[in-house]
Amino acid sequence: MKGILAVAVKEFRQIRRDVRTLALVLVMPLFLLLLYGYALNFDIRHVRLAVQDRDHSTVSREVLAAFVNSGYFDLVATVSREEEIRRLVDSDRVRAVLVIPEGTARRLGSGRDAAVQVIVNGDNANTASAVLGYANAIVRGVSTQLRTERVGQAVAPAVTLETRVWFNPELQSTIFLVPGLIAFIAMFTAVVLTALSIVREKEFGTMEQIRMAPIGTPAYVVGKVLPYLLLSFVSSMSILLAGMLIFGMPMRGSWLLLMATTALFLVAALGFGLFLSTIADSQQFAFQIALITSFLPTFVLSGFIFPIASMPVALQYVTYVVPARYYLRALRGIVLKGVGLQEVLPQVVALTVFATIVLGLASVGLARQRD
Amino acid sequence: MHRILSLIVKEFVELRRDPRALRVVIVAPVIQLTLLGYAATLDIRDVPMLVVDQDRTAQSRELVSRFDASPYFTVTRTRPSTALVDEELLTGRAWMALVIPAGYGDRVVRGAAATVQALVDGTDGNSSNIVIGYAANLVAGYGAELVAARLPPAMRQGTLGVEIRVWFNPEMESRYFMVPGVLALVLLVMTTILTAMAIVREKELGTLEQLNVTPITPGELMVGKLLPYGLIGLVDVVLVMAVAIFWFQVPMRGNPVLLVGLTLVYLLTTLGLGLFVSTISRTQQQAMMTAAFFVMMPMIYLSGFIVPIENMPVAIQQISYALPLRYYLVIVRSIFLKGVGIETLWPQALALLGLGVAIFGLAVLRSGKRAR
Repeated sequence: MKGILAVAVKEFRQIRRDVRTLALVLVMPLFLLLLYGYALNFDIRHVRLAVQDRDHSTVSREVLAAFVNSGYFDLVATVSREEEIRRLVDSDRVRAVLVIPEGTARRLGSGRDAAVQVIVNGDNANTASAVLGYANAIVRGVSTQLRTERVGQAVAPAVTLETRVWFNPELQSTIFLVPGLIAFIAMFTAVVLTALSIVREKEFGTMEQIRMAPIGTPAYVVGKVLPYLLLSFVSSMSILLAGMLIFGMPMRGSWLLLMATTALFLVAALGFGLFLSTIADSQQFAFQIALITSFLPTFVLSGFIFPIASMPVALQYVTYVVPARYYLRALRGIVLKGVGLQEVLPQVVALTVFATIVLGLASVGLARQRD
Repeated sequence: MHRILSLIVKEFVELRRDPRALRVVIVAPVIQLTLLGYAATLDIRDVPMLVVDQDRTAQSRELVSRFDASPYFTVTRTRPSTALVDEELLTGRAWMALVIPAGYGDRVVRGAAATVQALVDGTDGNSSNIVIGYAANLVAGYGAELVAARLPPAMRQGTLGVEIRVWFNPEMESRYFMVPGVLALVLLVMTTILTAMAIVREKELGTLEQLNVTPITPGELMVGKLLPYGLIGLVDVVLVMAVAIFWFQVPMRGNPVLLVGLTLVYLLTTLGLGLFVSTISRTQQQAMMTAAFFVMMPMIYLSGFIVPIENMPVAIQQISYALPLRYYLVIVRSIFLKGVGIETLWPQALALLGLGVAIFGLAVLRSGKRAR
């Protein structure tokens, strides 16, 4: 026990002397939160729109007005020739083009169906499908309105959908992303820093010296990891507080449960970092392995940004071994929905299992190194 | 020249001595491609949905079957009462609950206006917004059908429809957008972070001092250190391009040679950033953290890699102009999907070149000062 403390104190001193790393771990997350909190905005608005009105009628003007007034589109260009459309879309100056063919008003006036055309740049599928949805809804609205004018009486919609949003009524993306950022940054500091700090000793050959010292490898490693656990914990909590103060993220559940889950997740992450340190001989290698086994999966497979339900089934199974998946679900549940231990129990159990396995693997690896 | 060559050989010998590290160079891009190609999709599909059918008529079942048939929704459970709604939404087992009140079928048959309710878990604001849009569209479309069926045949006509054409990516595959982006990401990791770590490693181990006393000039040393990583980066570029085209079937509509050419310009910026980070870092840990927090993360989040730049607040859009990745992403995606050439891409190419020269120049100046 005394040995562990001594190592921890030594590591702390070393970290404290490295002002930059300390600042990076403690201050950077806040900075990132601020930046990404505002930047990671998926609400698709201000879609740059060009229009080619070949009809020049009240109907065509009404359609265009409906697009502009919807708030989703900014009219940036009016084109008269086909080639211009291609050029505008190619150079990314517009994302969507509304084409109203000639005769639209005439066809509608004589009681026939008509259609306007919307060209969408599909390179970003997510944006394109949102634009598609907007266009459908807008044109349907205009169509109903025109028919009402023609029939002379309002045709009430047969079925209406009344929507109620729970937990996040304004549908702010930020509130959802803050817990994700915590997991992401914690993963980074916990896994990568731990792995690098131990592999560094190997690179320098100081690991050999420690083996001579009257301290067991496990005790040494625990002491070495302890400061990083504390650091990442402080860092996570400060992101959480900042999320609440700056972005108005609610806290509906229990603080105790939140801290306990966070600590558990960090232990799992540190354990993984330890495990990596046993298989890597150079910091470069450790970093690369950490990147593809923890950083990238946390980013892509945890549900941080990309919904897990939309992934191919095979990859959905892979997400079960990503600890951030469980942590995120628990964190979002506690913070946004106010759920208790009962609801997050599956996540807590999964994290515990993960932590046990990686710590087991790490100690096996450490024992092998000793021989 | 001879000395540079021997430095490059030295670097490669070091790499070869660590065969695992070499394998990672090949394996890492492939893993990145797989994850970003298959999993990184913001599309919403198969939203798990709880149906509370208090009506239990043919009409209510018809509405439910519309939801179930849509690719966007999957009805996971149907219950006659709202008792389960709380629990299903709290645990996240269901994302949405559709409540069809008693008397719904009767109203539909009589031609009276009927209302159904959607309770949506708004935790994921973005996705929930899309889910609500799909649900509203589905119900509105179904409602319009019901109305049309009630109208006399002469009045059914005369609707204004919309015909949508999606250019470049008609099936709206997310991977066409993400996979070309991996090119940029791989280069960032390989050439910025690894280069910075490699140079700082020599500092940490004290071997940089030794190299400084040899007749090698600082310039030669730099080229010798940077070139191998640049070369590895290029190999990865070709690998990623091949996998993107032949495995992910991303259409390559433009000129691959132009893409490689502009990649070299981008390489100038990433190598320059790596060199720059190495001049301001004393340990590999520092170098890695600096490169990851100040270079990689801002590049990933602010350059349009995931979130379109036009969605961002204006202040952040301004920051993005300083990121080389912003321009490179436009270049990569446009060459792949739109098939445009330099006549359209010259503004991006120029910006990239300007940034590259500036960053690289700054880094060289700093490292030259350091070496002396």
